[in-house]
Amino acid sequence: MIAEVPRRSRTLSAVRRAIRRNRAGSAAGLVLLVLVLGAALAPWIAPEDPVTMSPLDRLRPPGDGGLLGGDLFGRDVLSRVLHGARISLITGASSVTVSAIVGTALGVVAGYLGGWVEYVVMRVMDVLFAFPSVLLAILIVAVFEPGFTSIVIAIAIVYTPIFARVVRGSTLTLKHIEYVQAAVASGAPASRVIRHHLLPNITAPILVQLTLSLSGAIILEAALSFLGLGAVPPTPSLGSMLSENRVYMELAPWTVLYPGLTLAVLVFGINLVGDAIRDLIDPRLRTEGS
Amino acid sequence: MLSYTLRRIVTVFLPTLLGISVLVFGAMQAIPGDFVDIMIGLGPDVSDEQRDAIARSYGLDAPVPVQYVVWLGDAVRGDLGTSLRTGQPVSREIVNRLPATLELALLATVASLLIAVPAGVLAAVHRNGPIDLIARLGGLLGLSVPNFLLGTLLILFVSLHWPVLPTTGFVPVSDGLLANVRSLVLPAVSLGALLAASITRMTRSALLEELGKEYLTVARAKGLTDRGVVLGHALRNALVPVITVVGIQTGYLLGGTVIVEQLFAIPGIGRLALDAVLQRDYPMVQGTTLFIAGSFVMINLLTDVIYGLVDPRIRRQ
Repeated sequence: MIAEVPRRSRTLSAVRRAIRRNRAGSAAGLVLLVLVLGAALAPWIAPEDPVTMSPLDRLRPPGDGGLLGGDLFGRDVLSRVLHGARISLITGASSVTVSAIVGTALGVVAGYLGGWVEYVVMRVMDVLFAFPSVLLAILIVAVFEPGFTSIVIAIAIVYTPIFARVVRGSTLTLKHIEYVQAAVASGAPASRVIRHHLLPNITAPILVQLTLSLSGAIILEAALSFLGLGAVPPTPSLGSMLSENRVYMELAPWTVLYPGLTLAVLVFGINLVGDAIRDLIDPRLRTEGS
Repeated sequence: MLSYTLRRIVTVFLPTLLGISVLVFGAMQAIPGDFVDIMIGLGPDVSDEQRDAIARSYGLDAPVPVQYVVWLGDAVRGDLGTSLRTGQPVSREIVNRLPATLELALLATVASLLIAVPAGVLAAVHRNGPIDLIARLGGLLGLSVPNFLLGTLLILFVSLHWPVLPTTGFVPVSDGLLANVRSLVLPAVSLGALLAASITRMTRSALLEELGKEYLTVARAKGLTDRGVVLGHALRNALVPVITVVGIQTGYLLGGTVIVEQLFAIPGIGRLALDAVLQRDYPMVQGTTLFIAGSFVMINLLTDVIYGLVDPRIRRQ
């Protein structure tokens, strides 16, 4: 019997140690937190409505009126950036959550059952994986009507194979470990083995993959909106802000700089925090020297 | 080696290609709206008989599986149908657009390799030094700044101030090599940054792992210089995982061309595919996505084969 260590204090001290060790990750986490808070509170803290056009504020420079200026339709850039970050996060998080759930289900069933189920599931995943993500997303968006739901479905389908592969890999390893074998030998049905013995032990790789995929999903949403296949105007998406204001960017660089900067900081922050989480929950994956 | 290659083709390459064709075909079936309506567009009223005639002429009266087999058979022979917008064969349009995309992708890949492999080696050799710091930061930035943002920033900060590199437009090689390369510099940088970042990170970590191994102590003990140890022994082994990264990322590069070609107005295949989606030109959507995804799978196969060539252990599995 191993002595019982209070789970909560163990996690807390591990977090504290990780913060000490990973300064860059912690700083990024802080910046990210501010950005996430700003995005979450956008409907309440944004100074103006993000879609209201005011001709007098067209391409108005930052400071003069709005803090970050006005865009090509005179909409407040700060308000649009805050709402845009909110849309990025909501779209990214919901699509990655959907792919995590679907991918985990497929991966664990494929890995545990094996045989033709595994073959069929993994070949389908291979096919989805064989598309460059932007291309697959474009194809899916073309099938559905444009809008929030179809973007989420598209991004979710793009990221499902990654979860399926990661989870199947972990399941294959776990399947041969004694305690799982013992459960099987004592007559536990597949559903019980999967729920009680497999899933709790593969949460770490799933969590790591979640953060890694989140930044990719946010980029993909912005890319689709940039191409005019994502958020429907006048919805403030960081990607569509970049493309709509491109014509005037020489005159009014702030209209593209701030949305772009927000997107980059968001993704950069999530990547750094993702690295830190990976180090924290799975030290074996730690990259040398970082 | 030949049997390994054949095995990869039969077990992975062909099934995946078949799956892609099913998906591409199925996606077009699932699209809302009637094919004939799109064909007619906003034209004059058309009687039911005429609609049936149009459907028949495109083989649309046959059951869907039959349509798929006919479509696949034509595709295998290089006939991808006719564009609804231009009336040209889809395959001819693809061939016309191919050189620009190929050149762009090649330029981005070669430039990334030339910059990223030395950067990764220097970072690993001078671990925790200033070069390492710059390489690691650059690597993370490269992963975090998406190509359409990098491209926009390059236009804003480079091209608008330094007209040598044009903001948009593509100059074919036939109009002069220098002008051609100049028109591709910024697009290639936007497209290749992610690849360069991944290669730098992979080279660095793979080389660091190699440098700790025992056979290098032996190499040093027999009197090799540091340079000889790194370049002659460690790097050769470290580059094996790098090959995979290059293979996978080059595939994603193909996806990136959709965005970068749109941003810089380059008449390549990516832009052809995007325009086809926006204009609902379904045969063109099918043709271009099939072509791009097929090239992606081809690159993966090539990566596998090269991997097997440099690492005999893979072949024997």
